[in-house]
Amino acid sequence: MNDTSRAGGAASLDVSIASKDYHSGSGSSLRALEDLRLTLPAGQAGAVVGPSGCGKTTLLRLIAGLDKDYVGTIVLPEHGRLGMVFQEPRLLPWRSVIDNIRIAAPHAREDDIAALLDELGLAEHASHFPRELSLGLARRVALARALAVKPDLLLLDEPLVSLDAALARDLREMIARLIDERRITTLIVTHDLREAIALGDRLFLLSARPACVVATIDVPAPRRLQKDAAEALETQAREALAAARAGAQPRHH
Amino acid sequence: MIRFISLAALLLLWQIGASLSDPRRLPGPSAVFEKIYEEAVSGALFSNLAITLARVIAAFALAMSFGTAIGYVMGRNKLADRLLDPWLITLLNLPALVVIVLAYVWAGLTEVAAIGAVALNKLPNAIVVVREGARALDPHLEDMAHVFRFSSAARVKHLVLPQLAPYLAAATRSGLSLVWKIVLVVELLGRSNGVGFEINMAFQLFDMKLLLAYALPFVALMLGVETFLVQPLERHVSRWRRGVSRRLDRV
Ligand SMILES: Nc1ncnc2c1ncn2[C@@H]1O[C@H](COP(=O)(O)OP(=O)(O)O)[C@@H](O)[C@H]1O
Ligand SMILES: [Mg+2]
Repeated sequence: MNDTSRAGGAASLDVSIASKDYHSGSGSSLRALEDLRLTLPAGQAGAVVGPSGCGKTTLLRLIAGLDKDYVGTIVLPEHGRLGMVFQEPRLLPWRSVIDNIRIAAPHAREDDIAALLDELGLAEHASHFPRELSLGLARRVALARALAVKPDLLLLDEPLVSLDAALARDLREMIARLIDERRITTLIVTHDLREAIALGDRLFLLSARPACVVATIDVPAPRRLQKDAAEALETQAREALAAARAGAQPRHH
Repeated sequence: MIRFISLAALLLLWQIGASLSDPRRLPGPSAVFEKIYEEAVSGALFSNLAITLARVIAAFALAMSFGTAIGYVMGRNKLADRLLDPWLITLLNLPALVVIVLAYVWAGLTEVAAIGAVALNKLPNAIVVVREGARALDPHLEDMAHVFRFSSAARVKHLVLPQLAPYLAAATRSGLSLVWKIVLVVELLGRSNGVGFEINMAFQLFDMKLLLAYALPFVALMLGVETFLVQPLERHVSRWRRGVSRRLDRV
């Protein structure tokens, strides 16, 4: 019923999901996604914004190939090597920081890993175990692990959630710098519109569950917007969402 | 230190008990140690201990490897679980003695029958414990391994075994004590050497000194295995749980 393929071409990530249902044991089912389409050019960062529980994590799981039970088509970037930062860090608790990275990226060179740790401010934590790390640090380790595999597509699930404001800002700047430098095709999922504007080249606004993309907004380059430009974009996005809720479903590419 | 005092108290109780009763029924510690020395000098003690220990290790290794494989499959696969569960319950409730006698009848009074019978007695327990562990494997880590395309070997080494380690440790502890007790019975019924055989001899001759001279060193041996092998191994595999473990990371 579904098709996940790998192809190159202009569109790097092409998602077209007719429907995704969760079936409960009692026979009832819950529709998480419906008629969700998004296209992300190679080398760009897409930010998917939607309210909690609308189906963002579900969408990432489908793209990552963790859940094949859906109707639709997902075309991954060429080679299809994935890096992913889950909402929880999901490190191996019995392995040190550096071993976690080495195990997930067995082909990465040692000096590349060292450089990555340096860049993410993790050098002094290399031999620590995950339980010795704060959430902010653990997230950075998860990010380092995802980057170490040199992904063709980087998936980030609410990378800044449950961090205090200062930590969130630090990590946001780190992520922005890393994906800019490396030109990695990245899909970020968040419930926070400002976060999306700060990180994305292209915004995908989702409806409430079942989620579909109600508006796609390109963020003008350079992405590091001035404050008033960001605010204007925020207003535009909120209007698009309000219009969608009012019944009209504007689509734009 | 406390262990030492408690052991000394046991010796004292034994001495008192021995002095109050017929030395043929309960010989005192000194008489037994003399006998142990005698058997040790003749070499019989060590060869019998070694033979029994080898059987314990063989049966234990067999039961644990099959138990781990079967337990893992049953814990991960509902169909396999439903299919094999009745067999498991049967095996769990089959008296050890029945398994031993059947093994000797079907396979003769051979080493294979002896070790197989012991392994078969330990097997269901290993399966049950490992199945519990396999059911508790973290699906989040599984997803992570899928996304990062862990090889099967990496999955087993870095994901499955560390999560099963506490269960394997539990199965090892209960397993070693169970296995060595059953090995003695197997030796008593159908082997012509080993600690169990010697204990049978002691019983026939009503020689309690001989009986204790074999039983005690064997208990000491198993205590040594537990203290110097099983416990350090358990500490080693669970070292990541403790904050101070960092310094041990590079061993
Ligand atoms: N494995 C699952 N089984 C059943 N329902 C699920 C499952 N995972 C998520 N859901 C439901 O699907 C909806 C979307 O969930 P999710 O994708 O996690 O949302 P988000 O990440 O946007 O907060 C929620 O209503 C959630 O309860
Ligand atoms: Mg989510």
